[in-house]
Amino acid sequence: MKLCLETAAMDALTVRLFDEINESNMAWIIAADHALRDAFGEALIDLIPSYTTLLVHYDCQVLSFAQATSLTRKALLHLEPTAIQNSQLHEIPVWYDESVGPELPLVAKRAGLSVEQLIKQHGSHDYCVFALGFAPGYGFMGLVDEAIATPRLKTPRRRVAAGSVGIADRQTAIYPLLSPGGWNILGRTAVPLFEYAKRGAPLFRPGDKVRFKAISKAEFTAVGGDTTPIEERP
Amino acid sequence: MSQPTLTVKQAGPLALIQDAGRFGVGHLGITQGGAADWISYRWANWLLGNPLECAALEIVMGGNLTLEANAEVRLALAGADLAATINDQPLMPNVSFKLQPGQQLMFRQPRKGLRAYLAFSGGLNAPNVLGSHSCTAREQIGGLHEDGKPLKTGDQLTWKGAAATPRTLPKGLEPAMPEPQCELTMVLGSQVAHFAGSSLYDAFNQTWKVDNRADRMGIRLTGQPLRSSLGGIISEGIPLGAVQIPPDGQPIILMNDRQTIGGYPRLGALTPMACAKLAQCLPGAEVRLRSISATQAQEQYQNQLAAWR
Repeated sequence: MKLCLETAAMDALTVRLFDEINESNMAWIIAADHALRDAFGEALIDLIPSYTTLLVHYDCQVLSFAQATSLTRKALLHLEPTAIQNSQLHEIPVWYDESVGPELPLVAKRAGLSVEQLIKQHGSHDYCVFALGFAPGYGFMGLVDEAIATPRLKTPRRRVAAGSVGIADRQTAIYPLLSPGGWNILGRTAVPLFEYAKRGAPLFRPGDKVRFKAISKAEFTAVGGDTTPIEERP
Repeated sequence: MSQPTLTVKQAGPLALIQDAGRFGVGHLGITQGGAADWISYRWANWLLGNPLECAALEIVMGGNLTLEANAEVRLALAGADLAATINDQPLMPNVSFKLQPGQQLMFRQPRKGLRAYLAFSGGLNAPNVLGSHSCTAREQIGGLHEDGKPLKTGDQLTWKGAAATPRTLPKGLEPAMPEPQCELTMVLGSQVAHFAGSSLYDAFNQTWKVDNRADRMGIRLTGQPLRSSLGGIISEGIPLGAVQIPPDGQPIILMNDRQTIGGYPRLGALTPMACAKLAQCLPGAEVRLRSISATQAQEQYQNQLAAWR
C-alpha cells in the first residue's frame, strides 16, 4: 500500500493506493472508503472506489482545494486494512448455452477445454467484486483463471441482453441491462441486478464474492429467465 | 378545472427532464446526469423565482418540438436560441413569459447555442429516482415513464405550480453562448506527467474542433493528436469534465452522463464553467483549452454561484 494524492478536477482528488489489481487490495480500499466518508461527512458529494484508487468529489463551497487535500491525507494517515466483515458470497445461477452464450466454443477452444470443462472452470472460483460501474448494478469481478482469460471482441456487439455473463481478459461480469458490449458471452442469469441497483441497493458491493452455478434451461425458465438467443455475431 | 398541462404535440429529437443531477450514488455505478449547461438551467429557474434546482426541460437542437398549453401558464426560457416561437411569433431566450390556452410553443433549430432550458413554476412533476429527477437514457433511469427516455409525442407535462414570482434578467447577465474560438478552462491532472512535452504544447496551443460524436456522455475534440506514455490504465473514478485521451490521441471530454469509472489516461478536467460552455457548442465549433489552478477555478465557480444570491 502506498498513498498518493492526485488532482483529478477542480473539486475532486484521486487517492491512489496500489499500482496493480489484486484481491488483497480490497480490504485497504474498503478501509479507505470508510475513513474518507467519516472524515468528509456532509462535505462529500461522491466517493467512487475502484480497483486501486478512490475518487473523492467534495463540495468546494465547504472545503478549499488545500483543505480537502489535507483532510484526505489526515483521514488515511493511520489506515489499516478492514477485515471485510460485511462481505457476502452470492451464488449466481447461470444457464450456459451457445444460444445465449455465443462465445462458449471460442473461449473453450482457446483454453484447450471442452465446453463442459470451461463451464466447470468458470464456476470453480469465488470471484472478488473489485468495483461497480459501467451500468447500474454492474460489478467488475475477477480474477478469471489465466487459462480461460480471453481478450475483448474486436468489434463490440450493439446489443448484449440483460443477464449476460461474460469474460474480458481476466475479468468476468454480468450485464444488468440490455447494452452494447465487447465481452465474450458465456451464458445468462435471471438475477435482476438492475432492479436492485435502481432501488439504491445493488446486490454486489466491492469486496463481495460471487460464485457462478450452472443450471439447466428448465431451471432457468422456471425462475423467469429470457431464452431469446443472442443473434448478433461479431 | 383540469390541472394546467403542456401536451407534447410533436417530439423533437431530444428533450429531457433534468435537474442538478444525481449525487451520492456514484459508488453504485450510477451516473451524475443533470442539466449539461447548469448555468442556463439555473437562470431558467431563477426567472420564475423557483428554487434553482427544480426539475426543468433540457431541449437539444429543437427540431420542431411543439408544446401546447391547456390553460394560461407562466414559463421561463434560458440558454440557447433555438428559434422558438409562440404561435409563429418569435420568442427570444432568457425571459419568463405566458402561454395562453391553445397556444403552441415550438423550437425549430439552433441559432446560437445548442441547449435551451424551459422552467415551470415550482418545477416539473417527474418521478424522483435516487434523489433526482434527472433522466438518463443509457441507464433507463428517470423521466416521465421511468425509462430514461426523452419526451415523446403525446406526453403530458405537469408541474408543482407554486405561485411564480417572475423576474427579469438584468442586461449583461444573460448566460453567454460560446463565441468562435472560445476558451475552455481546465485543471491539469496528475497524469500530465506522462504526456510528451510536445503534446502538452499542442494541447494548449492549437484550435480543437468539436466533433459530431458528441452527446451527454462525452464530447470528442479533433486536432493534432496527443500522446502519453500510459497505454490503458486500470479503471478509476472519472470526474465531470475529465479530458480523456484514448489511443488515437483525440480527446474525449466526459460530461454529465459519463460512465462512473474508466480506463483511459487523462490530461485533467474541464472546470464546471467550461463544461457548461462546451455543452452549448455545436459540432464543428472551434475551441481552445487553457489551464488554470484548482483554486482559481473554485474562485470562478463561487463567483458564478454568487450571481444567484
